[in-house]
Amino acid sequence: MEFNHGTELLKLCEELSMPISAVMKLRETEVFKTPEEEVERKMRKALSIMKESVKAPLEIPVPSVGGLIGGEAKKLKEHYDRGKSICGSVLSKASMYAMAVLEVNASMGVIVAAPTAGSSGVVPGVLLALQEEYDLSDHEILNGLYTAGAVGYLLMRNASVAGAEAGCQAEVGAASAMAAAAAAEIMGGTPQMCMDAASGALSNLLGLVCDPIAGLVEAPCQNRNSVGAANALVCAEQALAGIRQIIPFDEMAQAMYHVGRSLPFELRESALGGCAGTPSGCSRSCEIFGEKKNR
Amino acid sequence: MALISLFEVIGPNMVGPSSSHTAGAASMALLARSLFPGEIKKVVFTLYGSFAKTYKGHGTDRALLGGIMGFATDDLRIRDSLELAEEQGIEYEFRIGGEEEGDIHPNTADMDMEGTRGERLFVRGVSLGGGKVKIVRLNQIQVDFAGEYSTLIVSQTDMPGVVAHITKVLSEEGVNIAFMRLFREKKGANAYTIVESDEKIPAEVLNRIRENPLVSDIMLVQL
Repeated sequence: MEFNHGTELLKLCEELSMPISAVMKLRETEVFKTPEEEVERKMRKALSIMKESVKAPLEIPVPSVGGLIGGEAKKLKEHYDRGKSICGSVLSKASMYAMAVLEVNASMGVIVAAPTAGSSGVVPGVLLALQEEYDLSDHEILNGLYTAGAVGYLLMRNASVAGAEAGCQAEVGAASAMAAAAAAEIMGGTPQMCMDAASGALSNLLGLVCDPIAGLVEAPCQNRNSVGAANALVCAEQALAGIRQIIPFDEMAQAMYHVGRSLPFELRESALGGCAGTPSGCSRSCEIFGEKKNR
Repeated sequence: MALISLFEVIGPNMVGPSSSHTAGAASMALLARSLFPGEIKKVVFTLYGSFAKTYKGHGTDRALLGGIMGFATDDLRIRDSLELAEEQGIEYEFRIGGEEEGDIHPNTADMDMEGTRGERLFVRGVSLGGGKVKIVRLNQIQVDFAGEYSTLIVSQTDMPGVVAHITKVLSEEGVNIAFMRLFREKKGANAYTIVESDEKIPAEVLNRIRENPLVSDIMLVQL
């Protein structure tokens, strides 16, 4: 049992009367001959790492190796706890959790790349915020991870999830598409709604460049993870409301890839353009590496 | 196209911050360690390209040394590997590679290892992105393997009959070969046969391959 495109995935869901999560789990057990218990065990392990990484920095922030970030998630939590949130509970939590994971990542803590380390906050941010707000079981959240995995697999196979190849739209954009589909499924959406949510999420972040200050996975990566989470929630909500996307997921994945490939080198993780190329970005880079760079 | 597993998408589980510069670095060093025949006393790393420019901010140095000490990509001890190595009396040094290595992949590290009994092994690893790695040089010879399968590496003299001996032993021990390649420095000199298999390669295979006088050394990466 194998699928290579979103259309094939949707066809399998229909033929087998299964949600995307179940089809993805079946693919893993059949294609890789891995027993279901083993797949389940590995996914539970990933979920437990995610849970730890969204929470730890809310209590005790750890500065990043490069020193560009640290403490942002705790600030968001304090703001939220004071009843000052303007985003409401789900979005506030998704945003703070996504930022927390990037803090853990940047301080050499343990995270789950999903699909990459630089975009590792989006999927746990969205799913764990939904779990708390809607009292969802771990079983439901695990299903969300399988669905996120299905979308990420298609993007990895048919487009790219590497910032150096296709910009941030391929990292945070992909993570946002994964989280959107996962959110749609666990909140009761059909497989078609999941793929619409994923397509919408990709299209909203189309063209987003990868421009890390000093070449480090810190800023603007951390902020963009919370934006990726917010985008995922908005897109899932639209899909659940029955709003269809004009551009199907497979076509949007191709569009994302082509846009990514046409980005200049300066905007693909080279730390030369975008935020990294601004005077402030450059001066932070020089402080960290203690040298003047020729630009 | 290689199949992509769910756990390459939701994964790897890793110490941050970068799958290529941290997790990949740990993986290649772990692979290098598994090839080393003894206990490592000293290791000299030479970093190239992006590794050389950004290794401090990405913890590439800690990840490489952690891998040499046997830490997996999600082992938090990677954070403190420099201190842990000193405690354990492992000497280490980081060097920046010169520009003379023209078309080298931007995320490359050389690992020159020395054992407590004088053993030496030079391994060059490349981090391909997303935590994937491959080994591209062993001592003086260009090779190409990733440790994704059980991998048998036979060091031999480039003379007739050695490959036949290896395949005969593998066949008699019931090991199915997934991939097999031969790499050599020059005609008649040292060469490596690299055999990759889906299943575990039994120890008896190693003993029997060693019986051939043209075989000088065997390394095994077991899945």
